[in-house]
Amino acid sequence: MYQTPAIAGSPVLTVRKNVLTVRRNVLTHQRKRDILVDVAPGRPNTRRRQSGKLKGSEVRIDGVDKAFGEFPALIDVSLTVKKGEFFSLLGPSGCGKTTLLRIIAGFETPDVGSVLIDDVDILPIPPNRRHVNTVFQSYALFPHLSVFENIAFPLRLRGLGEKVVTQRVESYIELVRLHGQARKMPSQISGGQKQRVAIARALINEPDVLLLDEPLSALDAKLRQQLLIELDTIHDSVGVTFIYVTHDQQEALSVSDRVAVMNLGRVLQIGAPFEIYEQPADEFVANFIGDTNIQPAVVTSVEGELSRLDAEGLGPVVVTCDVPPEPGHTVRHTIRPEKIRISKKRPEGLAPNTNILQGLVDERIYSGFQSKFFVELPSGYVIKAFQQHARFLDDGPEIEWKDPVWVWWNANDGYVVTPRGGDE
Amino acid sequence: MRNRSGGLYTAPVTVWITVFFVVPLAIVVLYSFLEKGLYGGVRYRFSLDAYRALANPLIIRVAWTTFRIALVSTIGTVLLALPAAYYIARSSRRTMLLVLIIVPFWTNFLIRVYAWMAILGTNGFLNSILLSLGIIGEPVRFLYNQWAVIVVLIYTSLPFAILPLYASIEKFDFTLIEAARDLGASRFAAIVRIMIPNIRAGIVTAILFTFIPNFGEYAVPQLVGGRDSFMIGNVIARELTVTRNWPLAAAMALIITVITAGGMVVYSAANRTRGRGSGRRV
Ligand SMILES: Nc1ncnc2c1ncn2[C@@H]1O[C@H](COP(=O)(O)OP(=O)(O)O)[C@@H](O)[C@H]1O
Ligand SMILES: [Mg+2]
Repeated sequence: MYQTPAIAGSPVLTVRKNVLTVRRNVLTHQRKRDILVDVAPGRPNTRRRQSGKLKGSEVRIDGVDKAFGEFPALIDVSLTVKKGEFFSLLGPSGCGKTTLLRIIAGFETPDVGSVLIDDVDILPIPPNRRHVNTVFQSYALFPHLSVFENIAFPLRLRGLGEKVVTQRVESYIELVRLHGQARKMPSQISGGQKQRVAIARALINEPDVLLLDEPLSALDAKLRQQLLIELDTIHDSVGVTFIYVTHDQQEALSVSDRVAVMNLGRVLQIGAPFEIYEQPADEFVANFIGDTNIQPAVVTSVEGELSRLDAEGLGPVVVTCDVPPEPGHTVRHTIRPEKIRISKKRPEGLAPNTNILQGLVDERIYSGFQSKFFVELPSGYVIKAFQQHARFLDDGPEIEWKDPVWVWWNANDGYVVTPRGGDE
Repeated sequence: MRNRSGGLYTAPVTVWITVFFVVPLAIVVLYSFLEKGLYGGVRYRFSLDAYRALANPLIIRVAWTTFRIALVSTIGTVLLALPAAYYIARSSRRTMLLVLIIVPFWTNFLIRVYAWMAILGTNGFLNSILLSLGIIGEPVRFLYNQWAVIVVLIYTSLPFAILPLYASIEKFDFTLIEAARDLGASRFAAIVRIMIPNIRAGIVTAILFTFIPNFGEYAVPQLVGGRDSFMIGNVIARELTVTRNWPLAAAMALIITVITAGGMVVYSAANRTRGRGSGRRV
């Protein structure tokens, strides 16, 4: 059922300098992946693959550099977006996402490197002749044209007849659910509606690739969630390749087939959302995606898959690595807060290779479905542990502020990543 | 109390407008409906003679010439001003370029017109260049015709067209051009279909700032024009000083005023529809 697209994809799509890192990670966590694959079936992202309705194109970016004056906005970016894929570029503001998108659209030219769509070099083609359309962050609706005429604009340019235009525009108005808004001017509709107009306008020419530059960033949280789901639905129904730019990891993780994490002009990791989250390639990715505990650690000894580290603030910890780190090297040890168990009572019958520490609850944030505990260890280091409230009665006695607690996690859940990322 | 002090604040403006606008206009209106005096001036007796005299084919022909010259010079001005304003708005040295546009104003208008006479004259700059390049065999008479008037009018109007166009292009959101290109528009189509409609207010202002003064122009046709470029302004001057038919001069002045006012109405109407289209941006 699950087609493991990520295993085939990952090593190809990387910043050259990180090829080794990523490949090592993939190997390292091969066994963990087997576990993940069992957990993953039925993900909405993988269903789309089987629909077989892929009209989009493959986009291959190879060794692209782009500098603005002295400032390098993109450094050796290489990635391949597959036909019909929902691909996200994720990274903090200023990392070069928009620049990469503008290169694909034809508004910037890379200093070196190539951009191929279905194996055709598109760099010599002007933007108006590329079968690529963009949904701009600022919507960029034409203020002097009605909603209908904005969506009809690409068809008008091609001089299509009134009847065809009306029919096509109406079907796209249907697709983005803008019934009854056609006669209004852009200034008379809401932000969410403007974004729908921009999406319909960009899709009406049936591009091979749709580029979306933070299309939801100007909307409020609830609307954003709703439009994101709609975007996913639209992607399923039109089957076009989507390249979606965002700085919001939640957005990227929830709808993408694959995500490229960028920082400071480089692509640090490319993979399916769960890979990005569960197997971060380096410290930056681990920190940027989700919440995590991350510490510098010195490798003390390696016994097969099991490595022993001396982690700053935690003391000795064990972690499994398929490809063991070099003893004596300084690495980063990371453990996601939701993988840490917490209890007032010392747990019994722990599996072998479990790390267990004792501390004091420094702070507790209750947020309905979960509680976030900040546990101060004897070293002074505060470790985060999230407890899901899935089974109200099973959670044991309520843990309060200043309670002494035990926190523990299995060596399988910890990771070793390379320091930093992006900035060398 | 509040009303009275409000009246007090606006008093200077009211006085100013009354003395320099309402009263002169009233005098012009009044004179146009009086009989002409024997040696200029008017006789205070109601008469429609001046308006009847307007129907004179000679005057109608002058009005037509005036309209044509004003129209051609306006079209030429706006067509030159558009790319200039576009270039300035996109340039990184816009302040310097704007100053360069304004600098000629520091020189007296008449001196600038005389400079053009020096350029276009029979022994002028242009002729000597063309002669030395062998393009022409003997000097061409560029001056004292309609085209000389139009060239000089375009020159004098350019800043008045460039500045409002610059102001509206400056405010124009150029991502709209990128959006249009992205959706399949050529460079030209993007400018015509997207930019021009969105800078309409600036274009209308530039047209009015050019057309209205040019329609009432007096000095330029007087200095560089000839028989074929006698404009209403010149007729008014002749009626005031030579022929001494003041009511006729007043009637013609009134016509120019009405055309000007008509232009302003068109202008505000154009701005209002624009406001409905693109106003209330977030
Ligand atoms: N036209 C430009 N001139 C100079 N610097 C630019 C230009 N466009 C982008 N940059 C710089 O390149 C970097 C990447 O920008 P951008 O691609 O917009 O980032 P993102 O979309 O990820 O926020 C930023 O530091 C930005 O300031
Ligand atoms: Mg951006």
